[in-house]
Amino acid sequence: MIRVLRPLVAIGLALATWQGIIIAFEPPRFIFPSPARVAETWWENRMLIAWHTGVTMSEVALGLIIGVTVGCATALTLATSGFARLALKPILVFSQALPVFALAPILVLWLGYGMGSKIAMATLIIYFPVTSAFYDGLMRTPPGMLDLANVMGASPRRILWVIRVPAAIPSFVSGLRLAAVYAPIGAVIGEWVGASNGLGYLMLLANGRAKTDLMFAAMITLGVCSVILYLVTLAATNRIAPETPSNQPRG
Amino acid sequence: MGHGSDTLSLSVHFQGSATHEGTPLFRGVTLDLRAGEWTCLLGVSGVGKSTILRLIADLPIHAEFDGKISASDGQPLSGRIAYMAQQDLLLPWATVAENVSIGDKLRGMRPDQSRRDDLLVKVGLTLHAAKKPSELSGGQRQRVALARTLYEGGDLVLLDEPFSALDARTRADMQDLAAELLRSKTVLLVTHDPTDAARLGHRIAVMTSDGLNWSDPPNGPIPRDIDSAETMQSQAALLKTLRAA
Ligand SMILES: Nc1ncnc2c1ncn2[C@@H]1O[C@H](COP(=O)(O)OP(=O)(O)O)[C@@H](O)[C@H]1O
Ligand SMILES: [Mg+2]
Repeated sequence: MIRVLRPLVAIGLALATWQGIIIAFEPPRFIFPSPARVAETWWENRMLIAWHTGVTMSEVALGLIIGVTVGCATALTLATSGFARLALKPILVFSQALPVFALAPILVLWLGYGMGSKIAMATLIIYFPVTSAFYDGLMRTPPGMLDLANVMGASPRRILWVIRVPAAIPSFVSGLRLAAVYAPIGAVIGEWVGASNGLGYLMLLANGRAKTDLMFAAMITLGVCSVILYLVTLAATNRIAPETPSNQPRG
Repeated sequence: MGHGSDTLSLSVHFQGSATHEGTPLFRGVTLDLRAGEWTCLLGVSGVGKSTILRLIADLPIHAEFDGKISASDGQPLSGRIAYMAQQDLLLPWATVAENVSIGDKLRGMRPDQSRRDDLLVKVGLTLHAAKKPSELSGGQRQRVALARTLYEGGDLVLLDEPFSALDARTRADMQDLAAELLRSKTVLLVTHDPTDAARLGHRIAVMTSDGLNWSDPPNGPIPRDIDSAETMQSQAALLKTLRAA
């Protein structure tokens, strides 16, 4: 009950504050529209917003799939090959020092104004968190378990799949949860740099035409979709890796 | 590999020295593990007991070793060893039953279900077979680890402080159970606890930085009564040796 009530209370408070500012300062509508005005605009433009939401969330979904797949493959390669660690890890760390945002214009130049460059942005922005979380998990297998497996005569391959990967799942899941938060940011940045579709594009367009109410409607839609994505990820992963670990022996 | 012959067990000869970051850890240690007997290696923390056990198990150590380790039959030891440590090392995501037969999964073989069920009966955990380790008590978990050790069927069993994390009563029960179930195996028990040694050692070596001092074990078959005068005397004498070292 409290789990449902708490977010509702928070939303109510935010709306009340928003309305309070409107009443107190009476800002012009094109600077800071009222909640009612934004709701009305949202309803009037619901088909338009739905379309652009569909585009952005498709970019996010594809970016997530590709980023998680490539990230896992990288982590597995790094964890199993000393040579890969030697050769690849410095590149990975260096690439992370570059702000991904800086790459957005190049990606648009290379991949065009369509969804490709946005998927690439979403992929790039989640690639590192997924890779490093999973890799850390793979490298932090309790040493005693590895000793045991070695005495049992297991091959490195078997040790990887029977022990190291399952032991790294909680780490992987925390990387995945971060990815769910970052992926929409990546897609929207891509859309800001150059696009003709998507919520990021719609926000820029509305802003440019002083349709601040539409811009707010698009922004809130983006926020709500991101939160839903995060909650879905949380729910999907909660069974395999609960937020509060319960694997401790009871003594 | 695995499910070794439960026939005549093997004996092992260990001889050598180890240095840790330039300073000697132990020098000229000779340790024979006799077939079908429990050899207890008793010593204070950090003296190098686990290092010796890990050398025999061919596990990585934090020292440089110079010496040799050989089996009585001249064959390599690998594949004939079962190992049990202070932590139960159970996989938290696998069931009790899966943990018992994890060795086969790690070797890419099909688990032997009837063997596994037999062992679960022997350690008294049949009713817990489908549970996850987190649902068990510390003593029950260590019994699963014992069943897993037995499942391996190695003739040589290396035990590194297997009872140290248990409370006094559970510990005594585990000592009884291990003595019963590991009969006919060649066992190396590494421990810092004189009780373990007095109850379970056919032969007892106290390890100090100067090497091994062999002590006379109490008379009688193992597990020796925890409250017999002789066990308690032996325990006291071992503690004295430990403190003098
Ligand atoms: N994880 C480690 N890192 C560094 N040195 C270690 C580690 N484990 C053991 N050593 C060194 O090896 C010595 C012997 O350790 P060990 O064989 O584990 O002793 P014991 O089992 O008798 O307590 C220690 O005194 C320490 O100097
Ligand atoms: Mg030790």
